[in-house]
Amino acid sequence: MLRMRPSVRRDLRNGLLFISPWLVGLIVFTIYPILASFYFSFTDYSVLKSPRWVGLENYVHLFTNDALFPKSLTNTLYYAAIALPLGIVGSVALALLLNKKITGMSIYRTIFYLPNIVPAVAMSVLWIWLLNPNYGLFNSILKGLGLPGIPWLTSPTWSKPSLILMGLWGIGGSMVIYLAGLQDIPDHLYEAADLDGANSWQKTRNVTLPMLTPTIFFNLIMSLVGVFSYFTQAFIMTNGGPIDSTLFYMLYLYRNAFIYFKMGYASAMAWILFVIVVSLTLVVFRSSGRWVYYGGSSN
Amino acid sequence: MAAPATSETVRPGRPRQRSLREMLTGKKAMRRLDHALSHLALIAFGLAFFLPFYWLVSTSVKPNTELFLLPPKWIPSQFVWENYPRAWNYLPFATFFKNTLYIAGFNVVATIISCTLTAYGFSRIRWPGRDTLFMVLIATIMIPYQVTLIPTFLIFKWVGWLGTFNPLTWPAFTGSAFYIFLLRQFYMTIPLELSEAAKMDGASELRVFAQVMLPLTRPAMATVALFTFLSNWQDFLGPLIYLSREDQYTISLGLRGFLNRFGANWELLMAGTTITVLPIVILFFFTQRTFIQGVTLTGIKG
Repeated sequence: MLRMRPSVRRDLRNGLLFISPWLVGLIVFTIYPILASFYFSFTDYSVLKSPRWVGLENYVHLFTNDALFPKSLTNTLYYAAIALPLGIVGSVALALLLNKKITGMSIYRTIFYLPNIVPAVAMSVLWIWLLNPNYGLFNSILKGLGLPGIPWLTSPTWSKPSLILMGLWGIGGSMVIYLAGLQDIPDHLYEAADLDGANSWQKTRNVTLPMLTPTIFFNLIMSLVGVFSYFTQAFIMTNGGPIDSTLFYMLYLYRNAFIYFKMGYASAMAWILFVIVVSLTLVVFRSSGRWVYYGGSSN
Repeated sequence: MAAPATSETVRPGRPRQRSLREMLTGKKAMRRLDHALSHLALIAFGLAFFLPFYWLVSTSVKPNTELFLLPPKWIPSQFVWENYPRAWNYLPFATFFKNTLYIAGFNVVATIISCTLTAYGFSRIRWPGRDTLFMVLIATIMIPYQVTLIPTFLIFKWVGWLGTFNPLTWPAFTGSAFYIFLLRQFYMTIPLELSEAAKMDGASELRVFAQVMLPLTRPAMATVALFTFLSNWQDFLGPLIYLSREDQYTISLGLRGFLNRFGANWELLMAGTTITVLPIVILFFFTQRTFIQGVTLTGIKG
């Protein structure tokens, strides 16, 4: 900084000036909040009174004395464990179907993508009506087929599957990403497979899917963060019920922070979530060497 | 065809007649069958995906008496368009629209300004420490927002901004890591000679930024603008936490209030829902290309 050529100093000054909007944000809206929430997580903080240091009490209480915390965690993991794989399989399958240079491809693509731009609240209101146990579209169809209706959101067994089903309506977003990935696969790979006499299943299995794994990997990483943020639909449609069966992690965190004003307690939850998301991401990264194909290069 | 054709006749210059067996097992036939099956599957899935939209709109124009019929009425016996003005006037939807447009518009402008400037600083100027800071920027993308949510809320409480639009608008001037990353990728593809030439002529960095880079990267800006607009239109948690009075509500908050108050008036609720969905569906159809390209480029689903 002291002994710099004038041109270097000028570039440094200009560079910092240009990134200054983000730099201010980094300090005010990222670094400070991260440190502050870490500190708050060791305090009893009700907003009205200033934070009081309580050591590990929040964490101990979460793990030993609060039945809703493990409940919200398992609800979220249940949702993630089913919704993520189903979403990947569904959107990859749709993308494969659409990748066949089929006429009307853009119309199908539009139909599949459209649910994805529906705001979460609007989607929730619509699906409450679709899933209405007496007059909803779904049960009307089931009854029309002579099948018994399903209690959907009103039953603790069916509430999470209902939300997962609704989530699947939005797989068109990932589908578009996979479709782009599919179109990037070079033709000569398929031509080589043709020469080897591969049938279309073998080509899908041995060319398409391996070439798509980097896209799947990226999508999985992004979805992991997303799934732990799952909030709006559960808040609007069931508000955690019935019998806490849809009390997801973020919903419980929201209640603690903004309904009960237990900011310290909620901060502890946020940090536990942070650790979980980072570890899961690392696990996925670690495992990627075994299933993600990087076009022949070692990394 | 004059001559009686057998499958064995081969005429020069004409395709060989094919036997039934060949037609069913040949490569072309297989592909045709494959396509037919794909179409069938796509039509089935397409209908399934479209059905909720159909149900949304058809419910919204049904007379109240036809909501609770079994089997359901697929096409209303009469189209009650009055459901729309009724829904619109039940709650101040016009105000909700105005508020949402203000927040989304502010965010688009502020995000474009902050993200283009920052992306320029990270790509077109070489300075010590740049690449380290850029890694920090990438790392912040992976931080779940829950970790920063509570202290950020408290900051806005301290400055007295709770119950105002400010927490939902002004932070956009500090940029968004993901869009900065995206724009930087674009700026990297523009040959450096272009800006060097302008600088030789005595142009300042700001001038090069405004007169060389921005005009060359309009599509990237369109993508950022579109996704910023969309995510603000869809946002629920932000307005839920920061806004309190009904005259400040965004469309999403308003629709939720509608649901809580008139939970059984499904025809009005569906009309209200259609009103909130329609603008972005129209926007989508007008900007479909940018949309799909944006999804493809960013890997975010919109």
